[in-house]
Amino acid sequence: MHDRGAKGTTRWRRWLFPAVLLAALIALWQLACSTGAIADALNLESFLVPSPAEVASALWENRGLLAENAWVTLREMLLGILAALVVGVAFAVLMHLSRVLRDAAYPLIVASQAIPIVVIAPILVVWFGYGITPKIVIVALICFFPITVNALDGLRSVDPETVKMMRSLDASRRQRFWRVEAPAALPSLFTGMKIAVVIAPIGAVFAEWAGSSSGLGRLVQSDMAYFLVDRQFATVFVLAAMALALIGLVALAERRVVTWR
Amino acid sequence: MRQDTRMEPESQGSQTVEAPPPRQPAPADAVVLRGVGHAYGELRTLEGIELELPAHGVLGLVGPSGCGKSTLLELICGLREPSEGTISMGGATAAEERLARCAFMPQRDLLLPWYSAIDNAALALRNQGMGRREARAAAAGLFERFGLSGFQASRPAELSGGMRQRVAFLRTLIAGKPVLALDEPFASLDAITRGEMQEWLAAALRADPRTIVLVTHDVEEALYLSDRVAVLSARPGRVVAELSAPRPRAAERDAAVTDPAFVAAREEALRALRHGSRGS
Repeated sequence: MHDRGAKGTTRWRRWLFPAVLLAALIALWQLACSTGAIADALNLESFLVPSPAEVASALWENRGLLAENAWVTLREMLLGILAALVVGVAFAVLMHLSRVLRDAAYPLIVASQAIPIVVIAPILVVWFGYGITPKIVIVALICFFPITVNALDGLRSVDPETVKMMRSLDASRRQRFWRVEAPAALPSLFTGMKIAVVIAPIGAVFAEWAGSSSGLGRLVQSDMAYFLVDRQFATVFVLAAMALALIGLVALAERRVVTWR
Repeated sequence: MRQDTRMEPESQGSQTVEAPPPRQPAPADAVVLRGVGHAYGELRTLEGIELELPAHGVLGLVGPSGCGKSTLLELICGLREPSEGTISMGGATAAEERLARCAFMPQRDLLLPWYSAIDNAALALRNQGMGRREARAAAAGLFERFGLSGFQASRPAELSGGMRQRVAFLRTLIAGKPVLALDEPFASLDAITRGEMQEWLAAALRADPRTIVLVTHDVEEALYLSDRVAVLSARPGRVVAELSAPRPRAAERDAAVTDPAFVAAREEALRALRHGSRGS
């Protein structure tokens, strides 16, 4: 009972403190806009520096448009993350089971992170066209690394003594994998997934910038021409909210699956 | 080949877990080491080990830390092959065969946190191909006998250190193997729990005798639980003394370890240990 109370308090504080800080920052921003402080300092027209209230009203007025484009981007993100999850886990398992493959492929996978995705995006559009395919590929490329590396780390995290114990208790290689290594890898895999869903919007936006007719990234880009900064901010807000919602979903799934932590 | 050697302990395993507890001794193998030596690359860890352990015997291995006790245990279990010499277990000498005849209990309990206590205990039966329900039922009988009833569904994190160690021992015992290899089974416990667990293990072994190789750094623990104690020297580990533990012993640990014959044996073992740690 006391324990639960203490836990409740902690959860309260975990939400309350960031919420207060966020409210203060928004209030400060509002104040700076309504006094014209930022616009004056940057020597800009005031409509180029929308206040939180203006962003909120842009969000509301454009809710249909934003929702439509959010769905496009969300689909790209989800399919890309799914592709990265399938390929990444498969790769991690193969590298875990084959030392030769691990020694050969791991350095290349790490090195592949040096390739800027912005540069590849237009090439992929040339290859795959303006449809959803290049977006999925780009999101998958950006999410592949954290998923693969974390899954592999998890698979390899098993104590060598546990391996000896399992061998001595008649476990086959397959049983060792399913009863020990796979469950041991789950917490790391979820960590990788959390990173993946946060960076997925980056991939999706780059992909849309490289060539597309809809999506939140495309909307931000086209609004540039009309200086619709308030709607751009609203779009950024929707993108961030989607990433946060996805993290929440992953965390929820983790709590359901990894019940021993 | 491997299939054959694995079949035997499997069928015996399901016998031993049948309630009521077995009255006749469980299957056991004699263990014989002849000229066993081991090296990790250039580093020689063990040299010229000669040991004989009859079926149902308990052999304690003591020695200074880093002397290769745990390596010796892994060699016996078939988790490694010795660089020289032979180890036979019930006549079998290949590492694969020894692995099939021996259950290894590591230093830490290493219970799998994603399994309940009973599923951890039943792990060997599941590995041997038994269905989940059947394996759980088999383990449940031992849970009662080992004072763990009511904790079947608990996760390892919810158990005390002593209980975790009991589940770990149960997991080793239930495999139904002729030889059990225990590596410092109680080293991670506090002194009081350790004493209780030693008493508990002694009783469990009286009820269900097996061939046991027990590695420990604690001379008293070795003498209390074993029939014979081999004292190893500092690296490279050699057997510098082999002594018989005094018999009969009081079941109660405090009474047993204060017995004059026990105290004398402990002094002798400690002398050998000191002598052996000086190295050569």
